[in-house]
Amino acid sequence: MDLKYSQEEEAFRAQVRAFLEAELPSDIREKSRLGKRLAKEDFIRWQRILNAKGWGAVMWPQKFGGTGWNIVQQHIFEEERVEAGAPPQIAFAFKMVSPVLMAFGNPQQQEYFLPRILSGEHWWCQGYSEPGAGSDLASLKTSAVRSGDHYIVNGQKTWNTLGQYADWIFCLVRTSTEGRPQEGISFLLIDMRTPGITVRPITLLDGEHEVNEIWFDNVSVPLTNRVGEENQGWTYAKFLLNHERAGNAGVGTCKRALKKLKQIASEQMANGKPLIQDSRFRDRIAQVELELMALEITNLRVLSSMVNEKQALGPEVSVLKIKGSEIQQQIAELQMSALGHDALPYFHDGLDIGWVVDPLLGEHYRPYAPPLSGQYFNLRKTSIYAGSNEVQKNIISRHILGL
Amino acid sequence: MDFSYTEEQLALQETLQRFVSREYDFETRRNLSSSDLGFSADAWKQYADLGLLSLPIPEEYGGLGGNAVDIMLIMEMVGRGLLLEPYFSSVVLSGCLIRDAAPAAMKQAVLPAIAAGKLKVAFACYEAAGRYDLAHVATRAVSDGKGGWRLTGDKSVVQDGPSADRYLVSARISGSLTDRDGLALFLVDRNAPGVSLTGYTTQCGRRAADVRFENVVVGADAMIGGPGKAIHIIERGVDRGIAALCAEAIGIMTALNEATLNHLKTRKQFGVPIGKFQALQHRMADMFIATEQARSMAIIAAVHADSDDAAARQRAISGAKTYIGQAARLVSQQAVQLHGGMGLVDEMIVSHYFKRLTMINIGFGDADYHMARFSSALEA
Repeated sequence: MDLKYSQEEEAFRAQVRAFLEAELPSDIREKSRLGKRLAKEDFIRWQRILNAKGWGAVMWPQKFGGTGWNIVQQHIFEEERVEAGAPPQIAFAFKMVSPVLMAFGNPQQQEYFLPRILSGEHWWCQGYSEPGAGSDLASLKTSAVRSGDHYIVNGQKTWNTLGQYADWIFCLVRTSTEGRPQEGISFLLIDMRTPGITVRPITLLDGEHEVNEIWFDNVSVPLTNRVGEENQGWTYAKFLLNHERAGNAGVGTCKRALKKLKQIASEQMANGKPLIQDSRFRDRIAQVELELMALEITNLRVLSSMVNEKQALGPEVSVLKIKGSEIQQQIAELQMSALGHDALPYFHDGLDIGWVVDPLLGEHYRPYAPPLSGQYFNLRKTSIYAGSNEVQKNIISRHILGL
Repeated sequence: MDFSYTEEQLALQETLQRFVSREYDFETRRNLSSSDLGFSADAWKQYADLGLLSLPIPEEYGGLGGNAVDIMLIMEMVGRGLLLEPYFSSVVLSGCLIRDAAPAAMKQAVLPAIAAGKLKVAFACYEAAGRYDLAHVATRAVSDGKGGWRLTGDKSVVQDGPSADRYLVSARISGSLTDRDGLALFLVDRNAPGVSLTGYTTQCGRRAADVRFENVVVGADAMIGGPGKAIHIIERGVDRGIAALCAEAIGIMTALNEATLNHLKTRKQFGVPIGKFQALQHRMADMFIATEQARSMAIIAAVHADSDDAAARQRAISGAKTYIGQAARLVSQQAVQLHGGMGLVDEMIVSHYFKRLTMINIGFGDADYHMARFSSALEA
């Protein structure tokens, strides 16, 4: 048991930091620092830089063109990435569909899709939830009916994050209504340019276009785009969800957010002194810091033990998902609260780079202020997505506790 | 970074686990708790034979040279077994403090005896009016003019005080009541003229004492870390002790969760095991999550307990004591709740786990005290 980084690990960190320092475009760095909107091109530009370095997929095994880094190395990279202000890699491609392709896809699918994820050519989105299938995901109705060497897909998906950018979508579809609902689901890869697909934006409470609804109207999908066996999709779906939830802890992101919270609370004044010196507010920061200290170790402990024992990710990732989502929410809430009245103004343009604050307002309204309230509102999603935290507790009850 | 334990560490933990399951069942423990001594002299001898008492003692003094992570694994078992012997007071708290800070002659005289189970030392550093403040010391040490000292003052709720052969006593040589400067530690024989004590049972079935020192004469060789600079030694010793208590708490929380889960699976109401009810399932899931997070904090505490970096150590220790205090409160209160009336019964181990966890939380600074210590040193 040793929580200190070894010399090799410290050297690795220095290497990562030097790379980020040298290669991260300064305009992207600036957007991250100020919480501005990132464009699709920003993500792709950064992905190409990573890929050129051979770091195109941080969490993949080398066999598929990944770095082959262990859990601690991935953790270090993530900390440094967030600290530097580099964009995250789109989870739907890197942490969701790719592990499924590696575990259950055929060689043709692996050879076609994985390199295109690495190169940034393919942007992926998720096609899981439906208007009538949220926590009860297995009740999904989007149908895929065989017609020759194709499936004809009809139905509606929702909450498709950044689907407006997507080249491909991975979908859970119903291929059978026999037996239990879980037994008639298949996992399809669908080209977003296929005729019959309509994408409609859903504006969220922060005023942003992050998610979409997607309609499928007689969309023709080659049988070769099915992953694994027909009607076995639920197995792959759960496998994918475990990978999604393992990434939900977001320890690196939370550590950066906590640091920012302390900076904000040091700058904002209350009763003539920095807010962070108000013991009531400071104790609330301290409380979430404790949760995060614990989660950092829980996260590494849980993931390392599964990797060391060559296990697939198990239900323990639900613990990481619950705690990580709660911590993100708490920090966002404190960041907003730290602003006092400056949490109230809403400027849609305030998230654009180059936006200039009105001089009168600018006397007190700090450059870090514009995104904070919106982030608080937006991050209520974290305890809902990837299986609500209540669903996670059901999973813990059933699969860890055996209740 | 490495999140595994060595084979030796796990083997030693397993040794104690086997002893507990073979010779220290709950009924045995209840009888011991109400005996005159309050614990098992035989078990104490066996701990010595198993190498547990010598675990943190350096090899040159007949010990195994173990570290705080080794202690953590043993203390988890001490928690699980609700062991009554003064392992924590004598070996972890006092033994490690003497190991780290005492003059060589005292180490030579004391450490081999602690390791062999022939000497028990209790830690007498809290006073009633000082609550959790270790610098609040009214007990005075006055030079006797011959190189020695005369101690006068009262120490309250000295854990394992009644069975101790010696006391580690904080006393003020100079300064006012709460000055951090001006303190020294003394090793005092319980049979020395002027030492008197009132012993009692604690809420968790252990023993403690209020100890009075009236013009107790000790030699110059009885002093640790003085004169006047003992506060750092005392705080470091207590921090190390807290790390061990955190591990004890983890052992208890793990055991409580197992007992509660078993109850949920076997207790039937409305025709089904009560674990079928989602309200109870989610409560149990919360207890599981809290315990895993608390376990991480206990690890953080253990790996920092040996650190010379006082700021990093205090941050880790106070953080862990706060977090585990909160988590233990949740787990133990809910374990009782989910057991229903049975959780309140003296014959059920659950009620004893509950009480021990509660007393661990209160001792050596409660969650509020350590939150203040952690929060006021918040790093930017």
